[in-house]
Amino acid sequence: MAEQGFWQRARRHSSFVAGGCMVALLILSACLSLLWSPYPVGDIDIPNKLALPSAAHWLGTDSLGRDIASLLLVGSQNSLLVGFIAVGIGLGAGVPLGLLAAARRGCVEELVMRAADFTFAFPALLSAIMLTAIYGPGLVVSIVAIGIFNIPVFARITRGAAQAVWSRDYCTAARAAGKGPWRITLDHVLPNILSVLIVQATIQFAIAILAEAALSYLGLGTQPPQASWGRMLNEAQSQMFQAPMLAVYPGVAIALAVLGLNLMGDGLRDLLDPRLARQR
Amino acid sequence: MFAVLELLPGNAAQVILGETATAESIAAMEEKLGLNQPAAVRYARWMGGLLQGQTGISISYDTPTAELMAERMQVTLPLAVMAMALTVALALALGVYAASRQNKAGDVGVMTLSQMGLAIPNFWLAILLILLFAVHLQWVSAGGFPGWTEDSGGGVWPAIAALILPAMALAAVQTAILTRVTRSAVLDTLREDFVRTARAKGLSRRQVLWGHVLRNAMIPVLTVMGLQFGNLITSAIVIENVFVLPGIGRLIFQAIANRDLIVVRDVVMLLSALVILINFAIDVLYAWIDPRLKVTHG
Repeated sequence: MAEQGFWQRARRHSSFVAGGCMVALLILSACLSLLWSPYPVGDIDIPNKLALPSAAHWLGTDSLGRDIASLLLVGSQNSLLVGFIAVGIGLGAGVPLGLLAAARRGCVEELVMRAADFTFAFPALLSAIMLTAIYGPGLVVSIVAIGIFNIPVFARITRGAAQAVWSRDYCTAARAAGKGPWRITLDHVLPNILSVLIVQATIQFAIAILAEAALSYLGLGTQPPQASWGRMLNEAQSQMFQAPMLAVYPGVAIALAVLGLNLMGDGLRDLLDPRLARQR
Repeated sequence: MFAVLELLPGNAAQVILGETATAESIAAMEEKLGLNQPAAVRYARWMGGLLQGQTGISISYDTPTAELMAERMQVTLPLAVMAMALTVALALALGVYAASRQNKAGDVGVMTLSQMGLAIPNFWLAILLILLFAVHLQWVSAGGFPGWTEDSGGGVWPAIAALILPAMALAAVQTAILTRVTRSAVLDTLREDFVRTARAKGLSRRQVLWGHVLRNAMIPVLTVMGLQFGNLITSAIVIENVFVLPGIGRLIFQAIANRDLIVVRDVVMLLSALVILINFAIDVLYAWIDPRLKVTHG
């Protein structure tokens, strides 16, 4: 019944519906590109370089004659991959640390939160630059850097939300009934902070897509011949005078993906926690 | 930072010289970097040097990194300050306006704009600004920096003109964030009793908004501003590369290309220290904005 209520409300929430459609389009593009793309992205066709949009090449070709529509389709795989793994790293390490800090308090909490503060002083871009300087550029290094940046974000959010749940009467009752801190964390705290984590995950997903695009634009992320929206923008910049539209398509793709995730995050926050919606 | 370099696969000398380096050249580089000493001694020496204002020597430039960073900060710092000034001016005006028109067309318009601002990557906006102002309108050059002095072929105004588009690109996303925070903080403050009292004693809506509400709404706004200045400095790394500005961002990229780990380490250290310092300054500002906080902490 509760689930049915959620979907009924979700269908009426314009921001959630708009964001959900954009995210669905992103996922569909990535899935489709695994099975089919108009042209293989590695196909270089110099005689046909910088071709205008046509029936053969819907969005034209780049300076190496590669099909722009195919590059955009395959590039969506990259954005999704980075988002999923970087958010996964953040959730996988940050949530247990935040739960531990809230459950144990005292010096454990201090240790976890000061470590989170320390990691927070190194934004994802700086961490990625540092790692790139050591290990060389690549997709894995950028995913790890973005993922590491996500850990303190999720640790802080989890600890704050979990502390609020720990102060509720039902947690006190569970403790009085003899449940240990880990049982209470799993049975009561985690289910009650799930909505906060889901909303934060969509936000961090959007941030991960932006960060990966920035790193690939700088040449530190995805390396050729893999397709990446950020890399496409980098290559388009040198052709700006001859083919300005090359710099437009990948940017629109990134903006739509991020806008979709942000709108979906806003919608989810309203739907999962109506108190927050009223405060906004 | 020190620990990261300690955790290097192989060692720093190997990374700097590359895979093909001979054992002799690696040993010489280890000697130069002081890697043959215990980690604790190197750490103490590094920290001691930093406290006395002495930094490492760049491998590719053979110059103290402090000199390199000071020279490059002459571009990055004014750029970040210009972007921050633009952000604050726009975000405060838009945020207060949106809050005063809550749920009306003006509010919806501002919030839609801010949602778009959040979604647009700043380096893409920078490319679009170059397309519009440099390629189509040809009002400004597509990149480069003429320098602050006339001797270097530039001057104050040409230098500021070269930083306007990068500052706009940097400010867009931050304005979107700060507008939302300002709107939310102003809406919260508008519900306070003292606002009703101010209106009851005859002050106009505008006087109440700008004279009473904004100052009381500044605490969350200032917190975000502190975080944003740090973000601006790190985002400048990307924007400087779009506009080919010789700032700290270009320095770190040249350092990566040259495998100059000493420069990378010191630049990352400087930027992180700046982020921490700015947040400390914001903490101090809290007490000035809201004297009640001074009493609480005192």
